[in-house]
Amino acid sequence: MLMRTLNSLAAGLIALVLSAPILVVAGVSVNEKKALTFPPQGFSLAWYAEVFTDPGWRGALVTSLVVATLSAALAVLIAFPLAWFLWRWRAPWARTFEVLGMTPFILPPVITALGFLSFWAAVGEYGSPWTVVVSHAVFFVTLPLVTLSLGFGAVDRSYVEAAATMGADDRTVLRTVVMPLVRPYVISGFAFAFVLSLNEYIVAYMVVGFTLETLPIKIFNALRYGYTPTMAAVTVLFVTLTAVVFGLIAWFGDLPRLLGAWAKND
Amino acid sequence: MIRRAPRGLAEHAPILFPALMLVVFFVIPFSLMIAVSVFRRVPGGFYEPDLVFANYERFLTAFFGGVMSFSLGLAALVAALSVGIAFPFTYRLVKLSRGAQIRWLVFLLSILSLSEVIIGFAWSTLLSRTAGITNLFVALGLMAEPQSLSPSFGALLAGLVYQAFPYTVLVLYPALARLDPYLEEAARTLGSSPLRAFFTVVVPALRNTIVATTIMVFVFALGSYLLPQLLGRPQHWTLSVLITDQAIYQSNMPFAAAMAVFLVLVSLALVGLALLAGRREETA
Repeated sequence: MLMRTLNSLAAGLIALVLSAPILVVAGVSVNEKKALTFPPQGFSLAWYAEVFTDPGWRGALVTSLVVATLSAALAVLIAFPLAWFLWRWRAPWARTFEVLGMTPFILPPVITALGFLSFWAAVGEYGSPWTVVVSHAVFFVTLPLVTLSLGFGAVDRSYVEAAATMGADDRTVLRTVVMPLVRPYVISGFAFAFVLSLNEYIVAYMVVGFTLETLPIKIFNALRYGYTPTMAAVTVLFVTLTAVVFGLIAWFGDLPRLLGAWAKND
Repeated sequence: MIRRAPRGLAEHAPILFPALMLVVFFVIPFSLMIAVSVFRRVPGGFYEPDLVFANYERFLTAFFGGVMSFSLGLAALVAALSVGIAFPFTYRLVKLSRGAQIRWLVFLLSILSLSEVIIGFAWSTLLSRTAGITNLFVALGLMAEPQSLSPSFGALLAGLVYQAFPYTVLVLYPALARLDPYLEEAARTLGSSPLRAFFTVVVPALRNTIVATTIMVFVFALGSYLLPQLLGRPQHWTLSVLITDQAIYQSNMPFAAAMAVFLVLVSLALVGLALLAGRREETA
């Protein structure tokens, strides 16, 4: 009994410490005056409005959303054929590309960022807005690659046998049998890559830091001129958006399984 | 469907695009960075091809040695603290109901994916004089007046552990979720207390997982590049910060690349060790 109380207390404490910075920022974001005080003095949503009306903040928000959408889509386009190929054929050499896809995610991000910086400078595209899309797609290809490998691994091969016996070719099997089964994994892979791209700083900064302002870059630049409640509002919006995306993944997919626990019926 | 080796161009076609993308946009940039590390810096300009090891020789300076040992020490401390807190936490987490687990996982994933900029901003606000936690201490009568706790080593450590904790839980989660529950039950049936069962059965059974996770968190902490700038003082700058600084503000790409190559070697060696430790558990 005592053990249980202690356990709940510890879990509660961890939850509190994890939410404390966010709660304080949320409090600061509704200050009436342009000051970072907590508890907030007065209540105002003006700072949230400013995120959408101020051209600088709105521009950064739109940039971030566009970059995240395009790069997550490209990451899925790279990961899907690779994961499918590894599942469909017996080709041990192709695992090399799987390892390549996992590496950037494991190494400290500054390394990948520096690699991209040297590369884009060498090909004369340093600073072009589209380079950040390609860079993020390759940087985050790990996520759809992992979710899709799990997804293909979960496809019961006897369905495929059945379809093939009845004369379906690879393309038809993929479209009519495999695709509906792996769709949740495609979506969660996209969502993971989307959220991480949205929050990514160092690669974006090194690749297009001087020509394009994503939201994290904008926040960091603004931090140098002092803290404002607008940043707090942006932070709250970002945290909410992130939590909503993961909530949706959990709603539509099997989150414990995606994160490596066995499914209940394994 | 027969799963055999693919034949001919048509069967290989699907892998062409991913392979090409990964080679062009990962292998080539990576190799280029290694090449740049032996290039010669042109003052005021960028760099030109050469084969010099001057950039590596700079590793031998006391300044670099100081940054290096600080980075490694800090990462080790963060890894030890995170695993120390996350292991018992995850052990409890996997025993919760499925719904409660999912709520925790969503929460942890959300924190994990937060930008370092946001984590840094949130922590410096939490530790600030005007909005910070010291105001609470003052209200409780523990302190005379609010004060700023950031930048400081403690603030940096708190921020890093905050960032690493969700990562640690998610690395530990699969191993603990798959742990045979009968193992602990057997220990309990034989009369050991929950605490004793945890330390004498669960921890030893997962020793290699703990080692592997600690190494992974170490590499993760080594990669932090913004928190030292936002929550620490200049003497708390880590190797990642130094690399960014050299590449962007000092325009010394060759030196930045040399440090990055060094960081890659350290990280790869450690990840190799982690994989080895993880594999031993699977065969055991």
